[in-house]
Amino acid sequence: MRSRLGYIGFAVLVAAVVVAPLVSTHYRTYQLAFVAIYLIALLGLNILTGFTGQISLGHGAFLGVGAYVTTILVVDHGWNDLLTLPVAGVVAGVAGLAFGLPATRFAGPYLALATFAIPLSFIGLLKRFPHFTGGTLGKQLPSVHSQFGIHANSSVWIYWVSWIVALVMFLLAFMLVRGRLGRALRSVRDSEIAATASGVSTAGVKTLAFGISAFFCGIAGGLFAIAVTYVNPDTFPIDLSILLLVGIVLGGAGSLSGMIFGALFVEFIRITWGPALLDLFSQVHHINTRAPGSSLVVYGVVLLLVLYIAPAGAAGLVRQLLTGKTAVAAWAKQGRTAAEDQA
Amino acid sequence: MQQFFQALFSGLADGSIYASLALALVLIYKATEVINFAQGEMAMFTTYIAYALLTHPHFGHTFSYWPAFFLTLVIAFVFGVGLQRVVIKPLERASVLTVVMATIALLVILNGLAAWIWSPELKFFPSPFPTSTWVIGGVHISKQDTGTFGVTIACVVVLWLFFRFTKLGLAMRAGAVNPVAARLLGVRTSWLLALGWGFAAVLGAVSGMMSAPTNFLSPSMMQAVLIFAFAGAILGGLESPVGAVAGGLGLGVLLSMLGTYVHPVTPELRLPVALLILLVVLLIRPAGLFGRVVVRRV
Repeated sequence: MRSRLGYIGFAVLVAAVVVAPLVSTHYRTYQLAFVAIYLIALLGLNILTGFTGQISLGHGAFLGVGAYVTTILVVDHGWNDLLTLPVAGVVAGVAGLAFGLPATRFAGPYLALATFAIPLSFIGLLKRFPHFTGGTLGKQLPSVHSQFGIHANSSVWIYWVSWIVALVMFLLAFMLVRGRLGRALRSVRDSEIAATASGVSTAGVKTLAFGISAFFCGIAGGLFAIAVTYVNPDTFPIDLSILLLVGIVLGGAGSLSGMIFGALFVEFIRITWGPALLDLFSQVHHINTRAPGSSLVVYGVVLLLVLYIAPAGAAGLVRQLLTGKTAVAAWAKQGRTAAEDQA
Repeated sequence: MQQFFQALFSGLADGSIYASLALALVLIYKATEVINFAQGEMAMFTTYIAYALLTHPHFGHTFSYWPAFFLTLVIAFVFGVGLQRVVIKPLERASVLTVVMATIALLVILNGLAAWIWSPELKFFPSPFPTSTWVIGGVHISKQDTGTFGVTIACVVVLWLFFRFTKLGLAMRAGAVNPVAARLLGVRTSWLLALGWGFAAVLGAVSGMMSAPTNFLSPSMMQAVLIFAFAGAILGGLESPVGAVAGGLGLGVLLSMLGTYVHPVTPELRLPVALLILLVVLLIRPAGLFGRVVVRRV
């Protein structure tokens, strides 16, 4: 029953992806391409946060790694931009493994702590080696153009490329979490002690999850660079890493389909929904709703409200509607006792 | 040798700022096992409040530095207690991860609010200390650095005296060690947590006001400092207040020495180096230099 719902859901998603560019303006199509890019990143981060229960505040930097790999290969080595994507993913994945190896060996809050330092350190490294990265000025990619004899508008082209990659990554994530590895991930999230006792190497599983999530983010980063055609150290601020985490919680940690809501949120909250929401308030109080920082306040407040009211996110709310059962946030289970779960 | 002492003193001044923020983190961590990611932004926000007290006329007059400083500490205390009561307390029964997420939400909100109210541009923040230096045996000692070190360490000592010699301090330590037993003995542990947030906010305000004159006031001014404080706290052991202070000071001195003697370490590399130190400490001594290894009973 559940899997049939899943197949129907996936078919609906594919149909929506096919129809959306036909009924959207070029600008909206371009925005929707970013939804696909964020979806890939969120799917990856969700494997770490939602399925393995480890918070990361640094995955924006792995997008940055992927973006810089793509940019450097295209600009300095003349690669075809689409062919750089697997390389971007692998390099980011290896960077993730290398970082996760020491950081994931320990239980508790240490991982989140260490990851918080990644985005700022990454920016520092970019500026330290300007001959390689372009320094503070960054690098300019050739503008998006359709390839392989297909003639399409650049927005439509990047839309299709992003969504095809996103759907492939969605299936990949689905296969990963459904199988043996997925069980190991969830066992680490729900009880590290029980997982160890059952012969799961918790440190190994966490490191692997970190590497996989960085791989997803690297591919998303490569697409991101192709889509924006320009990268510099400010393209991947710490806010992006935090926004990705907010997207996970909002979509529903531990749910793959929830990430679609999360990605829509990440793309539209800053530009469209946040200001619209603030305009509602500005009719009551006379405040400057276009001031810098206002959108940050909106998504911070939204995150708090979700934590209080619907900790299982959008996916949890949908499941509640379908099944009538209250959903508990998957990643919030750790630390609760069995008795509390039954109560 | 002169170079060595100059690097040492400027490292101690930076380190004292990291130390007070690291101590703030440890205060909250020891009581609730929650890492407060909003600690840096709380410090930044209260520093903006000090800025407002110093520059805008309130009730007809602007404050001079020291009255504004102490008034800010009082406001910070109320602010910290208030945040715990309003934002964190409703999540009392939620998992640690949920509370950590809530502190991340606070980080985002405070950062946005500061940019919204005061604009994200860099602002000049006054220092109570002169910019001149003392020269002792050829070593230039900046009065600014000495003052920074003195003020932050004084605050840390006052806090230590409070925990060591007052009844309330004893109750707070009891609440951190064994909340259930403390509650049975009549200690109102929930309010003690709020007090802990208040003290952490005060320590943050001190570190913010001391770092703003050299780093300028901006909504993101404390992000790097928070990471250095994390690294310092881990270096000393997240469980140990003494360790946090020693770790913060040690990290400040270490980074200053590296900057002076190892030329590839430019200012851009301070953060990556701190991250590297953090990872190496986690690998070799996960409990930190002063922490005890916790054995979990199944």
